[in-house]
Amino acid sequence: MKKTINQIIDGLFTNNPVLVQLIGMCPTLATSTSLSNAIGMGLAAAFVLICSNIVISLLRKLIPSKVRIACYIVVIAGFVTVLDLLMQAYLPDLSVSLGMYIPLIVVNCIILARAEAFASKNGVFRSMIDGLAMGLGFTFALCLLASMREIIGAGTIYGIPLFGANYQPVTMIVQAPGGFLCLGILIAAFQVVIKKVKGRKS
Amino acid sequence: MTFASILSLSLAAILVQNFIFVKFLGICPFLGVSKKTDTAVGMGLAVIFVMTVASSVTYIVNEFVLVKLDLMYMQTVVFILIIASLVQFVELFLMKMIPSLYKALGIYLPLITTNCAVLGVALLNVTNQYNFIESVLYACMSGVGFTIAIILFSSVREHLEYANYPKAFEGFPIALITASLLSIAFMGFQGLSIF
Repeated sequence: MKKTINQIIDGLFTNNPVLVQLIGMCPTLATSTSLSNAIGMGLAAAFVLICSNIVISLLRKLIPSKVRIACYIVVIAGFVTVLDLLMQAYLPDLSVSLGMYIPLIVVNCIILARAEAFASKNGVFRSMIDGLAMGLGFTFALCLLASMREIIGAGTIYGIPLFGANYQPVTMIVQAPGGFLCLGILIAAFQVVIKKVKGRKS
Repeated sequence: MTFASILSLSLAAILVQNFIFVKFLGICPFLGVSKKTDTAVGMGLAVIFVMTVASSVTYIVNEFVLVKLDLMYMQTVVFILIIASLVQFVELFLMKMIPSLYKALGIYLPLITTNCAVLGVALLNVTNQYNFIESVLYACMSGVGFTIAIILFSSVREHLEYANYPKAFEGFPIALITASLLSIAFMGFQGLSIF
């Protein structure tokens, strides 16, 4: 139980895929324009991550190591197709606003990295928890970045206006340059916090 | 296809809809391989090649196999397999012919498989309903756009080594701020169109 909690804290904070491991940048930058998009993208990636981690962990003794990457990609692509069709059927609005970034979950480095670094070496339950932890960490980072961008760039949060009609939103922040800018500042801030916390512990 | 439409498609792919600065595709190699200009050039060329070949193969497979058999929902799986095998081929080719470039690219060469720009261009060709020539041209020009972006970025980053900035921004954050400034420059091309 303690190990499980540690794993989740690891995924959320100390080993956060976006803010510490610095992987999975493309979907992070592209879908963090609004909080609703960010939550949708984060949970979609988490779903694929958990499923692919479970299957890869189950198959880890069967997959020959020379063709493992190709096998992992096929498993991941299968789940992404399932997710894509499910979202088109049940969440059509979200599916339209995320657009091509849903099929692009296949090439999200986080999923392949966890398959290679964790699921191929650990048991099914641990791999599932790892998928959950990393998926939540990704969602957490996306939500942080998206709320930062949505509040400054559109003056709203989750579509609810915050500042009244006189607020002039800085539209640059929700466009491409703002994505890079906010993510840079967020990672810098996160690194300082992590360093402080680690310094206090030791 | 007229000369004018070729020109406007190329211009859009290179500048107005630049893959890195506008569409956020291919950020991982963009941030990972941009510390030195020579490796950046090599990476850019490899990406142009893979993207052009991948989009022509995926176009043919999509048009003559998937659409004919009504298997459109298999696009993602089929496309990524095609790209993965192509990258493997490029890797073997470079290992034999240009070993120095092969060494310089290192881990990032197999990672072209998971470069979203390559799968992205294949998917965009389908959504934009381009024909064969347009697909290949669009892929090639997007690759050129990627190369221009990564070369510009790496030359700024080489100078950053001597710059004085807050310690918290060391490494990745300062690179992202640089990318943001370059992206603002690319915003100037927005709305640019000829004819």
